[in-house]
Amino acid sequence: MPKPASVYYFGTCLVDLLYPKAGLAGMQLIRREGIEVIYPDGQTCCGQPAFNAGYRDEALGVARSLLTCFPRDIPLVVPSGSCGGMIRQHWPELFAGQPEESRVRALAGRTYELTEFLVDVLRISLNDLGEPMKVAIHTSCSARREMGVADRIESLIAQLDKVEVVTQERREECCGFGGSFAVKQADLSGAMVRDKTDALHATGAARVISQDCGCLMNIGGALEKQESSLETQHIAEFLLERSS
Amino acid sequence: MNQTAAFHRRIDEALRNDQLRQNFRSALSGIQSRREAQFPDDAQLQALREQSRQVRANALIKQPELLEQLEEKLLANGIRVHWAETPEQANATIHGLLKAAHARLVVKGKSMVSEETGLNHYLEQRGIEVVESDLGEFIIQLAGEAPSHIVAPAIHKNRREVAELLHKHYPEIPYTEDIDQLTQSARQILREKFAQADAGISGVNFMVAETGTLCLVENEGNGRLSTTTPRLHIAITGIEKVVEKLSDVPPLLEILTKSATGQAITTYFNMISRPRQPDELDGPEAVHLVLLDNGRSRIRVDEELLDTLRCIRCGSCINYCPVYVQLGGHAYGTVYPGPIGIALEPQRIGLDQVGSLTSACTLCGACGQVCPVEIPLPRLINRLRAEAVDARRTTSSLIGRGSLRKPNEAGLWKLWRLLYSHPRLYRLFSFAATRLRRLTPRRLGGWTDYRSAPMPARQSLRELAREEGFPHA
Repeated sequence: MPKPASVYYFGTCLVDLLYPKAGLAGMQLIRREGIEVIYPDGQTCCGQPAFNAGYRDEALGVARSLLTCFPRDIPLVVPSGSCGGMIRQHWPELFAGQPEESRVRALAGRTYELTEFLVDVLRISLNDLGEPMKVAIHTSCSARREMGVADRIESLIAQLDKVEVVTQERREECCGFGGSFAVKQADLSGAMVRDKTDALHATGAARVISQDCGCLMNIGGALEKQESSLETQHIAEFLLERSS
Repeated sequence: MNQTAAFHRRIDEALRNDQLRQNFRSALSGIQSRREAQFPDDAQLQALREQSRQVRANALIKQPELLEQLEEKLLANGIRVHWAETPEQANATIHGLLKAAHARLVVKGKSMVSEETGLNHYLEQRGIEVVESDLGEFIIQLAGEAPSHIVAPAIHKNRREVAELLHKHYPEIPYTEDIDQLTQSARQILREKFAQADAGISGVNFMVAETGTLCLVENEGNGRLSTTTPRLHIAITGIEKVVEKLSDVPPLLEILTKSATGQAITTYFNMISRPRQPDELDGPEAVHLVLLDNGRSRIRVDEELLDTLRCIRCGSCINYCPVYVQLGGHAYGTVYPGPIGIALEPQRIGLDQVGSLTSACTLCGACGQVCPVEIPLPRLINRLRAEAVDARRTTSSLIGRGSLRKPNEAGLWKLWRLLYSHPRLYRLFSFAATRLRRLTPRRLGGWTDYRSAPMPARQSLRELAREEGFPHA
């Protein structure tokens, strides 16, 4: 698609409260390309937590409220693979048979995960201003398998010529977050994130970059608990910090 | 103990066993790389998956007619067909056949459907000796365990554990941890059993309606020996294994062996179409097929859940599951473990019995991505979660709908909905959460056993966006 004049930005509930700087960085990256970024005031959550826990009525109620935030026919950008995947893949299923179904299908068709939007629509070009650094990329399962955009984060980081990407063992394996899974199956989730942080440590990377704050909260929280010096950062903040 | 507590206890046990987890990690990494080596070209793989999906989906749509045709062809070929709606009926039928043939020793090829019915136990209780002849099955039979993987039943045992097991049961064989020598010992033990057996029992991978052919995929030759050496052969399988035409078999066989074990083709592929003929030198005098329903017809009527029945039991979803690799198969407590188990077992047995299995999934999608017949496993698991906590939404034929609904959990989700569907209320909440961030609890259940607690930022993104001059409507 051609570059739009304006886009909607859905910051997601997790980013709004816990990682607002990552969300803001995504907005600044898009604005830097001369595009108006609208942050609708009434936005809350896409409904994913309830949907994945089996509470579909509750998910629908929340999704319906969010839907009203995006009335115009402009792209919707989401700095998260799992929330983007929820709107693109699962909203049409959730709204099936509802009066909003056709609107939801249309919105799903113009919903982009942030890195996907930067690469596919904006064709952003980055000039690396940072110090040499080794990073590992953790692509969220939703960005990889639900949205199919795993390579976008890689191609963005590849533009930064002073950044060396190191690859962890079992790169494609889930970090063990899974939303309510991490609470309902806490020990299992703990074992999974331990395997993930072990693999990340073994790379010698200084920082782990991801496009999903759910994974970052899980991996970052585990690293902090382990008193590791390995840092975690959302791709938007990383790109904004290093590039012009 | 309720099912959820029992499941958690099995999970705890599995997570405490580091050796077990190492065995699984190393075995599954090996299978994954062998599978990937078989599919160097993704476009070809996707085309083969699509073709295989169509073959299976088509067979499920036409299943009633195909089963009729199959029975007709099998009868014409001299193979007797027995229908069993329940595991008990299947077991009783098989026992009746064995009794009529005065069979006292039975050799068995691998069959997960016979695990569904608990056949070995049933026959042993009635004085019939049953010997598993697949090497993996033989090992776990010695150990008195159930398979922990549908393709590699003894995957949880390492070489030393197998060596000790064999030595315990056959002290006359010198102790060794050499894999070739261990295999040779098992081979010699089993050869004698094949020679003495009165009957052989096997599973079936595909049944061809067009020709009345039973296809059996295996690597060790034990399937061929079980089905040809004894005078009586009884095959048992689920009704969903029927396919329409002989030409449906090649794509399924190819994707099955490549997905399951990373082999271009298995060492043996048996096509069984009739008992021994008067001019033939070997083969069983009689062949019977027992077709088990055990909930499959009930699953088939739901147009979404029906996809579960496309499964060709390759085990790929299990091999790629990040949860299974931590737990192994026994923790699931069901015949089928891993993603296919989570999707199938609550449908077969009931959400009220095993619905909590659905909690052992992050919805990462790795299973759905590798499934050779494109079963949307994460979607099915999500659907089962919904049915487990809410009996009102659908009119499906699932057993135990709504049985996992807990009033406090349901109440929390109602509260969550109230908060997140009223932007003003949410704004109030986020203002309080950011300003009172220091009051965020430092311990959050099991989360903080492994991670630090997340803390809200000083200001929400909404506030930051306003400050930075982003339009808000």
